[in-house]
Amino acid sequence: MSDDSTAVAPLTWALLAAGLALAVWSVRRAAAIEGPRWAGPLSAALFGAWVLIYWQAGVTVFEVPRVLLPAPSAIAASLLEHAPTLGRDFVQTVLKAVVVGWILGSALGFAVAVAIDRVPFLQRGLLPVASLSSTVPLVAVAPIMVMWFGFEWPSKAAVVVLMTFFPMLVATLAGLQAAGRQERELMHTYAASYMRTLIDLRLPNAVPFIVSALKINATLALIGAIVAEFFGSPTVGLGFRISTEAARMNMSLVWGAIVVAAVTGSMAYALLVALEKRWAFWHPTVRSQQ
Amino acid sequence: MRVKTEAQGAGPAVTHAVTHAVTHAAVHPAHRARAGVGVRAASNALPVATVLLALLLAWYLGCIGLNRQGVIERVLADTPGWTTRDLVAATWSMERPVLPAPHQVAADLWNSITGWPVNSPRNLLLHTAVTAQSTLVGFVLGTLLGVLLAAAIVHSRTLDRALLPWIVASQTVPVLAIAPIVLVILGSLGFAGIAPKAAIAMYLCFFPVTVAMVQGLRAPQRIDTELLHTYAATRWQAFWLLRLPAALPYLFPSLRVAIAAGLVGAMVAELPTGAQAGLGARLLTGSYYGNTVGIWSALVMSALLGLALTAAVAAVERLVLRRQRAGA
Repeated sequence: MSDDSTAVAPLTWALLAAGLALAVWSVRRAAAIEGPRWAGPLSAALFGAWVLIYWQAGVTVFEVPRVLLPAPSAIAASLLEHAPTLGRDFVQTVLKAVVVGWILGSALGFAVAVAIDRVPFLQRGLLPVASLSSTVPLVAVAPIMVMWFGFEWPSKAAVVVLMTFFPMLVATLAGLQAAGRQERELMHTYAASYMRTLIDLRLPNAVPFIVSALKINATLALIGAIVAEFFGSPTVGLGFRISTEAARMNMSLVWGAIVVAAVTGSMAYALLVALEKRWAFWHPTVRSQQ
Repeated sequence: MRVKTEAQGAGPAVTHAVTHAVTHAAVHPAHRARAGVGVRAASNALPVATVLLALLLAWYLGCIGLNRQGVIERVLADTPGWTTRDLVAATWSMERPVLPAPHQVAADLWNSITGWPVNSPRNLLLHTAVTAQSTLVGFVLGTLLGVLLAAAIVHSRTLDRALLPWIVASQTVPVLAIAPIVLVILGSLGFAGIAPKAAIAMYLCFFPVTVAMVQGLRAPQRIDTELLHTYAATRWQAFWLLRLPAALPYLFPSLRVAIAAGLVGAMVAELPTGAQAGLGARLLTGSYYGNTVGIWSALVMSALLGLALTAAVAAVERLVLRRQRAGA
């Protein structure tokens, strides 16, 4: 590699340096713009574009081996070429394991939280355990789940259920405590029953907590499903693709699979933010962002 | 922008807030103001113990349910006229069970820790030490990187506008998926042993630290920064005397998140390389050879390691914050 870089002509160096200066200057200019809403994203987008350009240029000029770092164009080509394969991987990992596990795990966490809402004893017992579970590498149950549920997607969904259950439990319990004292006492003066108070006051107040747990769970679910596939899977799936193609040194396809996973993660997140705006538009934390 | 920052912070913050709220409500109002950790822990001990006991019971019952089929086919096939008692005893002491009983896992853990010298690959402590080492190296490097990056972001409008959105957005992405790539790249550059694992742990650690530190370094009120300005304090002094101390309460929760993420990273990094040592490697060999008890021991050990690492961070947190309060 060092032999190649000595072969780079001085003119190329000058061009690269000039381009770099232009990049720094343009990003700084974009960041200095005050006022309009698009000013913030603009500099981030510009920065991202320059990184892509320099990635491409650097890989081409210095002839970096494809194994080490494929150029963005090679990744894009591989994405197009292997689109059907990656599409099947997406269906297998995301639409089956992640979505099913995420829904089941979150629903279970929510249901348990609501169920033990009237039993302070259980809450005090479960909460410390649930909070501690975030410090434990829960993904490590993957080999056990593969053993129990087989190589197909249910074993991955089971890992995802376990990973998403506790954050939702903790967040829902916190959300149910979030209603203010005055509001609760108002409901009390209305002689509202426990269920009425729960449905009309406390659950709506818990929505921001629940949505934020859904967001955290979306990322956790993707991680859980992909890592669980490292432990054994049918010959389809994003995690399978990443680990086998990395072993075969076919790095552009690995990067392609990662692009698919990354886009999925950010899309899920954006979707949940949009839902939050719709469901919790009245909440101070949401209103302050508009 | 801010939407994401807050939402990401909500995880640990929510956890913390809820533990706090619930434990506080449990304590008598008169004690509330000065309720120490001891009081809170004691008031929760009974419920927690009950829950744990119920889990243990469910585990033993699960053993009966899950192992029943295998036991009837493999263990009790040549003993005609077995009773329910035989069946239950057999499900709790089976070799290669679907679900090993807790005492089997405990016995396996004890055997592997005391039965072999510490440097033997059969000793689980060796694997724990290997994983802990790469986690800690990655954690320290990741924290340093995160703090430096946050300091740069706070002081540079360009970085704030151009780089921070990418760091925040990358939290919504399953970054762990990139682990095999890092392993291949570092491997072909000739790095072996701890470096690739620590690199992945570092890379998982630095995201939460950066995001929290940016928030923390911005926490001082305008009035405070202006006071330092009237003292003609330099940027460096303002950073060292005001911003950094103000950021510590933000830093520590993110460190707890970071070390847990780093442990997962280190364990996943041990998977695809055919690594010889480490808890992740143990999990993988266990699943290759169908050694269920071994998998469970490695699982329990990794849970204990995670708890120990987080507890260590929490202890440092208490120490630092107490000294800070005493100094103030």
